[in-house]
Amino acid sequence: MATMSLRPCGDFRTTYRQDTAIFDTRNSRWAMILFLAAVYVLVLIPILAPGIEETPVLGSLFWPFYNAQYLSLAIQVCYWGIAALGLNILVGFTGQISLGHAAFFGIGAFASAYLNNTYGIPVVVSILLAGIVTAIVGLFFGSPAARIKGLYLAIATLAAQFIIEDLFIRLEWFTGGSSGSLANPIALFGVTFDTDQKFFLFALTLTIILYVLAANLMRTRDGRAFVAVRDHYLSAEVMGINLTKYRILSFGISAFYAGIGGALYGHYLGFVSAEGFTILLSIQFLGIIIIGGLGSVMGAMLGTIFMVLLPVVMAGGVDVIAATEWGNTPMITNGLAFFKEMAIGAAIILFLIFEPDGLAHRWRLIKAYWKLYPFSY
Amino acid sequence: MDLFFQLLINGIIVGTLYGVVAMCFVLIYKSTQVVNFAQGEFLLIGAWICWYILVQFQIPFVFGFLLTLAFMAGLGIFIQMVVLRPMIGEPIISVIMVTIGLSIFTRALANWLFGQNAVGFPEVFSMKAVNIGGLYVQPAYLMSFVISLIIMAGFFYFFKYSRYGLAMRATAFNQQVAQSLGISVKHVFAMAWAISAMVSALAGVVVGMVNGVSSALSFIGIKVFPAVILGGLDSIVGAVVGGLIVGVLENMAEYVDGQFLHWGNMLTIAPFWVLIIILVVKPYGLFGTKDIERV
Repeated sequence: MATMSLRPCGDFRTTYRQDTAIFDTRNSRWAMILFLAAVYVLVLIPILAPGIEETPVLGSLFWPFYNAQYLSLAIQVCYWGIAALGLNILVGFTGQISLGHAAFFGIGAFASAYLNNTYGIPVVVSILLAGIVTAIVGLFFGSPAARIKGLYLAIATLAAQFIIEDLFIRLEWFTGGSSGSLANPIALFGVTFDTDQKFFLFALTLTIILYVLAANLMRTRDGRAFVAVRDHYLSAEVMGINLTKYRILSFGISAFYAGIGGALYGHYLGFVSAEGFTILLSIQFLGIIIIGGLGSVMGAMLGTIFMVLLPVVMAGGVDVIAATEWGNTPMITNGLAFFKEMAIGAAIILFLIFEPDGLAHRWRLIKAYWKLYPFSY
Repeated sequence: MDLFFQLLINGIIVGTLYGVVAMCFVLIYKSTQVVNFAQGEFLLIGAWICWYILVQFQIPFVFGFLLTLAFMAGLGIFIQMVVLRPMIGEPIISVIMVTIGLSIFTRALANWLFGQNAVGFPEVFSMKAVNIGGLYVQPAYLMSFVISLIIMAGFFYFFKYSRYGLAMRATAFNQQVAQSLGISVKHVFAMAWAISAMVSALAGVVVGMVNGVSSALSFIGIKVFPAVILGGLDSIVGAVVGGLIVGVLENMAEYVDGQFLHWGNMLTIAPFWVLIIILVVKPYGLFGTKDIERV
């Protein structure tokens, strides 16, 4: 019940309103709002009062956002998270596999840079337009979904990934060919989001908006139609859901999210090159939502955090091993790139075998454990 | 015109190799209902293992090759038991993703252990080009063609006449009925993976002899998708025909591109365009059984 501060033992949902609530309790909602407000304040203060982050005691409050590595990881969580939210709508909620998400991510990045560079459209608008352009491309490549599903669809999107990747090199007017294209920093109301801190604020805001949109989409008629198509498409059709419409629509929405995420990525790096959007990135996106939990909006974010931190942890682990006497061999010290890939593959396999519902499920279990603590019944 | 015929012959030879790998893919799909995205990695591992045994221990090719086959059979059974058995009954997304995870894990492992650059195979057979009707053909290519044909004949014999082949066909047809007739479905699953891994490794060794062993080998596993979709996912004959068509088609695309269009990169990309078209026009391929759903 949204008005309660704590949850009672057991799960008593008696109205649809309770069942579709995003936050179970008042406390969890306020905790989230306070947390986000704290993040905003902690990033904003040093921007408005420069130098405060250098002060001895007070400055340590701001260190997570003034450490270049942490901040770039947080921004990465934002743009990957947006794309993963979209993929989760397609795969987790509608039950259609896409192996071409990285290609859509790339289209978003190129489209935003192109619109901004060629027509001088402000970056904020061009990011939104890039999402729409990508959605249109997504609708086109999703149209086979009207006829085919499951495995065949997976292979069709695999083909789409390779075709679009090839087009990135080929369409030089659009992407700059193999040399790539430049993307300007974001500017809004005369403020240029040129530092990582400012960019993080922008990316975080966008992520929150898109997260709330995705969470709310799942509470609407269309969102429930997606779930019905996933769970049993025949029953869904019998109940009057237009299968073709929802299958293709889901592709469009997912591509829209991918496009926005990609545009954000492009403007963050300042440079978009065709080499970044390979099948490996597509697999990484799929890994994110599997690790986070298929069909869970929060899971997409949890999975993104996991996937972003995984290489960092791997790098740390390699450093530790390389520091030991027997581990300091070229095999270990030069193998980091391979270890990262192996870790991604292994994480996907292990999660599918041991925790198919992902981190979101694990999170629910932890909550249930503490709710009943110290009595497990 | 010479170039045309040269590319045609290349296409046929590469096409038979695709056909062999596609056959392995279909074998797994037909008998265990698993789409194996790690098929290309079987080629990669097989070629590297064979290369390693030959270079490291300096034993005759035949023994090294047999050792490779034994290793691959073990690996296939191991993967089936450890990774894919828990996936029985899971939704198709999970099954696809687990093989994709397997594919990037093994590829990264192979790249880490053996490096990414192409390494030449120890010379096993004489490498003088043979003149056939005015066209020069590498003997290794010729050999790969012959080996592919032998494998195809072997598959045909195995499924048509041997007891195990019959058991596999029965399992592919209906698992429950097969089980009630006393066929161990577990053994059939393990065997399908073992055979598929061994034959893929063979194809990998053949390609490795011609082009050198490198991580590019695993890309053949992706090229297999156009072939199997064209032929029909559950048809062994279709896999061979599809492989041939894709092999010829990509070389023809290369010819047309090189002579007239100059778009570049058509060799890699043409099969995928064809794939999309087939999926829209005739999703069950040339020989595949149409999936009729009854409620």
